[in-house]
Formats: sequence, C-alpha cells, structure tokens
Amino acid sequence: MSSCRLLQSELKLWTSGRSKWTRGLNEGIGWSGKTFLSTSCCPKVCIVGSGPAGFYTAQHLIKARQDVEVDIYERLPVPFGLVRFGVAPDHPEVKNVINTFTQTAKHSRCSFYGNVNVGKDVTVGELQQAYHAVVLSYGAEGNRRVGVPGEDLRGVYSAKDFVGWYNGLPSCRELSPDLSCETAVILGQGNVALDVARILLSPLDILKKTDITQPALEALAESQVRKVLIVGRRGPMQVACTIKELREMVNLPGTRPEMVAADFEGVPEALKDLPRPRKRLTELLMKTAMEVPGDKELERRKNATKIWGFRFYRSPTEIFADPSHSRTAGIRLAVNRLEGSGERAQAVLTGEVEDVSCGLVISSIGYKSHPIDPSVPFDSRRAIVPNSVGRVHQAAGLYCSGWLKTGPTGVIATTMNNSFDTARSLLEDVDSGTLDISTAKPGSQIVSMLLEERGVKPVTFSDWEKIDSLEMRKGEACGKPREKLLTVEEMLKVART
Amino acid sequence: MALVTALRRLAQVSLREFSRRSTAVSWGAFHTAERSFTTGAQPLRSDNKVTVHFINRDGEKITVKASPGDSLLDVVINEDLDFDGFGACEGTLACSTCHLIFDEEMYKKLGPVTDEEMDMLDLAYGLTETSRLGCQICLTKSLEGMVARVPESVADIRQTKDGSA
Repeated sequence: MSSCRLLQSELKLWTSGRSKWTRGLNEGIGWSGKTFLSTSCCPKVCIVGSGPAGFYTAQHLIKARQDVEVDIYERLPVPFGLVRFGVAPDHPEVKNVINTFTQTAKHSRCSFYGNVNVGKDVTVGELQQAYHAVVLSYGAEGNRRVGVPGEDLRGVYSAKDFVGWYNGLPSCRELSPDLSCETAVILGQGNVALDVARILLSPLDILKKTDITQPALEALAESQVRKVLIVGRRGPMQVACTIKELREMVNLPGTRPEMVAADFEGVPEALKDLPRPRKRLTELLMKTAMEVPGDKELERRKNATKIWGFRFYRSPTEIFADPSHSRTAGIRLAVNRLEGSGERAQAVLTGEVEDVSCGLVISSIGYKSHPIDPSVPFDSRRAIVPNSVGRVHQAAGLYCSGWLKTGPTGVIATTMNNSFDTARSLLEDVDSGTLDISTAKPGSQIVSMLLEERGVKPVTFSDWEKIDSLEMRKGEACGKPREKLLTVEEMLKVART
Repeated sequence: MALVTALRRLAQVSLREFSRRSTAVSWGAFHTAERSFTTGAQPLRSDNKVTVHFINRDGEKITVKASPGDSLLDVVINEDLDFDGFGACEGTLACSTCHLIFDEEMYKKLGPVTDEEMDMLDLAYGLTETSRLGCQICLTKSLEGMVARVPESVADIRQTKDGSA
C-alpha cells in the first residue's frame, strides 16, 4: 500500500488549489465580458444537501463545463452528511472522500451555504426561480418503522438514531440509550447493523482513538451489553452486509461468535453456483458459524468476554415491556422458512415463535427519505422523488441524486456513480436546450437577500473550516482525530468568530 | 489525526520506499539483462521508468511513464489522468473505485491478491476474473508495457452490492 499517496494528494490539493485560484482570477480577467458584466450564459445550479451525493454532483458539473456555477445548500452548519454522521468512527479511511469534497467546495465556481433549511428558510420554488437547475440531494433522514407493538418503549432505538448518537448528529444528542442490559438484539443484517454491533462490542481502547463522541464513549464504557444478536428474516445467503464488515466482526478482539449450525442447512451445497462476492461472504459466514477452530482461535474464544452472532429466519412480531420499568425486556420473533432462493427468496411464516430476553433492541431495517417541500413530487410508497436518471418527473429544471433518487442503499461509490449520472442528465439537458440557460439567473444573490430578510445567516465553507480546526485541535488533546461539536449552537458560535 | 498521522506516514514511506525501490531496481536489472539476450529489439526507454498504458472509459489509450514502486493509483494521480471518481478512498482499501482490468497474461504477473483487497474488489462494478485494485499494484520493471483498462463505473438500475459506508 502506498502511504506516500496521502501526502502526495495533500500536496497536490494545495498546489492545485493555488493554481485554480490564479486560473479563476485569469478567467475573470480574460473573459471579463462573460463573468463580470453579465451572468447570461453562466448556468447556475443549486444543490440541496452537502453529503456525498451533493458533492459528487457538484464535482461532475464543475469539471464538465467551464461556465457552470454551483451553490450547495446544507441544513446543518457543517457539511458532508453521512460521511460525517453515518460512517462508523472506526472507519476513518472511508472518510478520505472529504478531501475530494473539500477541493470541490473550495473551487472558484462552487459555494457552500450551511445553516440553510430548504423547505423552511427558502422554498424549492424560490430556488428554482433563482437558479437554472436545482438538484435535490438531501438523502434519507428518517427510518423505516418495524411496525410492531412495543416499538416505542425505552430501550428500543432505530439504528439511524443510534448511529447519529455516537457520531454526534445534533438531533440525536439526547438519545441517551440504555445500555444497562446484557443482551442486545439488532434487527437487520446490513452493514449498518454490523456497524452498530461492532461499536457495542469494541474494546474501549480501540474506540477511544476514534472520532466517536465523548458522551458515547463514556456511555459505552459503562455498558453492560455482552451479547449481540443480529437478526434477519431470511437466511445466510441473503444477508445484506458485505464481507469486509463481517471480517471485522470475526476478528473483533475480546469477542467470540455463536451461531446456530442448523441455520446453515443446504448452504454448503448451494455455494458452488454463487457469484464470487456472495460465495466468499457465505463461506466466511459458514466457516465462522460451523468450523471447529484451531488451538489458537479456541484459546482466543475462551478468553472472550463478549458474544455476537447472526440469527436467521426470524421476524419481530412484538417487543415486550418490563412491567416495572416500562422499558423493553424481550422480543417475540416469528420463525420463517424460505421460499425460492438467492436474492429473491421470500420469508414465509411457519407459525412458530421464539421469545428472546433482551434490554436493547436496535432496528436497522433501512433509512427513509422525507418530502421537504410540497411542490416537489414524492413517491411515499418507495420514499423517493420519482425520477428518470435523476430528472424529476413532471418538474422541469428539477433533478435529484443520491439516496433521495434511488432509495437508501449503497456505499459511497454507488452514490458517486448515481450522482455522476444525474449530472450527466443535467448537462445533456443543457446541451439539448431542454434546460434553458439563455436568460440570466441571479442565483445566490437573490437567495442571500431572502435569507437575510428572514434572519438566516449562512455558514460559509471557511466558517466550517474554523469549526473543523477547532474539532481537530480538541481531538489532538485527547488522542482522537477530532472531538466533534455536538450542538448547532456551538457550531454557529465558532463559525461566527 | 492529520499532523501525527502524516508524520508517521512520512517516516513509514521513506523506509518502505527505500526498500521497495532497492528491490525493484535489482529485480528490474535482472530482467533487463535477461531480455537483451533473448529479444534484441526493445523500444528505447529511459532507465528506471516503467511504461504503462491505460485504456480509459472512452476506449482511448493513454501512455505514461512511471517509476517502479509507484502504485497504479499513484500513477493516475501524478499524471493527472482524468478518470472520474478514481481512487476515492486514496488507496486505503476502503472503496473499489480504482478498479482496473488486465489481460490474463499480465494479471498472472501481478501476483497474489490479499483477502483485504479481494473483499473490496468484490464490490466493484463489472468485476472480472482479471480485475485488480490499482492502489494495490506496485510497478516493477517486469510490468513494463502493461495495459490497464478502466472499466465502466456507471451504476445502472442494478446496484452494486448493498452496504452502508
């Protein structure tokens, strides 16, 4: 692995940033007619949301045409969306994409406006009047409800909130999850479920060197959770997680796996027909569940104080309350069997049930997008904005990218491609004339005016850099990459200094 | 993280680069000597450089000269090759965007794949039997003239393997 890569990229960032600045200046001077006098041929695009979708869409647009100007609006004072608030604290390499986003944000033709709530501080309609095109990339801030009795008991949380809590999302600060029980049940078997399991069971020594929030670290230090069950409706060959995350669980210090061998009936025979990625994943799962370990591993497992395991063919039907404390005491799981095979296999109830005692239930069955403006078409069944390759249906000049466009699945690279597709659609529309850029648009000038009238003061990218520096300085003091500010008020205070 | 890690990386790099380059040079020198006996007609190339050909997503061939020890991701960055979204995680085995495809002969020369690389490669769109992650391939003289194809990365209605970040 080339570790000089990072250093080189940082150098390149610096030097390219400088030359881009001078180039921008030259552009202005050279094309004084175009840039300084009129805004006529300058396509102005507004992007709502500053997570990977927003930034990758911006990146593609700016690169494709020398005259596109992009403004990114973000509700929070801080950018980067799920890269900051979703990616697990012990996955810092995944956050390297922030360097690319920072480069985009600092481009002369890109501007960041944080602390602006689209739908409340300014409407999508107003944005459409101010810009030639508006791209909605605000992701999925809600979660799918399990829809069983007891879901609102103390001790039951959505993975979205739990992850938001340990990652410092301001709206999840008060979650105070109750970790005073021995067994936790996670519903769902995707990578988010594995992230939650891993954070619940990771040795403190590892966590304390990450950017996990201080309150979460303290709560986890007091945690009594020793056993985590990761429950799914279907079987081992339908798990939605990927092999890297599974391997991390298998290798998690201080833990040992405990699964039900019978769940793997029929799996060894089906292996040979699987495509390589699914095959390797299933093999690892099977090996972990069934293989008799060698001496070294046996010894390691003997010394483990924490247990984790997948439980298959189980669907939740009810969450029970502890009568004296009105918190959860257990969960009833219906037993399923599979009809069909592969990705399309369906879980069918058998009529049997199984009760599991637990004090913590975390539902990780999917994030969910919300409509933020009544003027924007929204498909409430699929919880996305209806579109074709990013072009919003029946809404000229309106586009969408990221999870809002396709639904809340996929890694950052998936979102990247998805966003590039939307940008391409937008550019095609400019070229074909479907998107009319012949009239000048005021862009941020008019929006800034509106925001000022409404008492909203946006946070610029350099304001964010003040927050960024402070967080990193605070982190350095305690051996962490950063110590995140936990409230919007604190963020704004630092931004305004 | 930035300062401490950067310094640490610098120290690691100087050490690693040194050992890597010494190995590469002696390995390359051996092969050059061998070749001049067997073939005779070799294209002129400046010493200590490896020629790499990339086929981009438009089918165009781009030829560059790189140094032994550089990873293919390093080459793409250093030569400013404009592959959309390439190398998102900056070579830390946390994504699959530096996915490259080789012909069978070259693929065999690239050596064994670690589990960690395979795990991320499994997520790559358009995965083939001769796919590798560019950040894990370090150039040596024996790879002179290699052709690496940048595969399509467009996610169509089918998505790549699910998973969160």
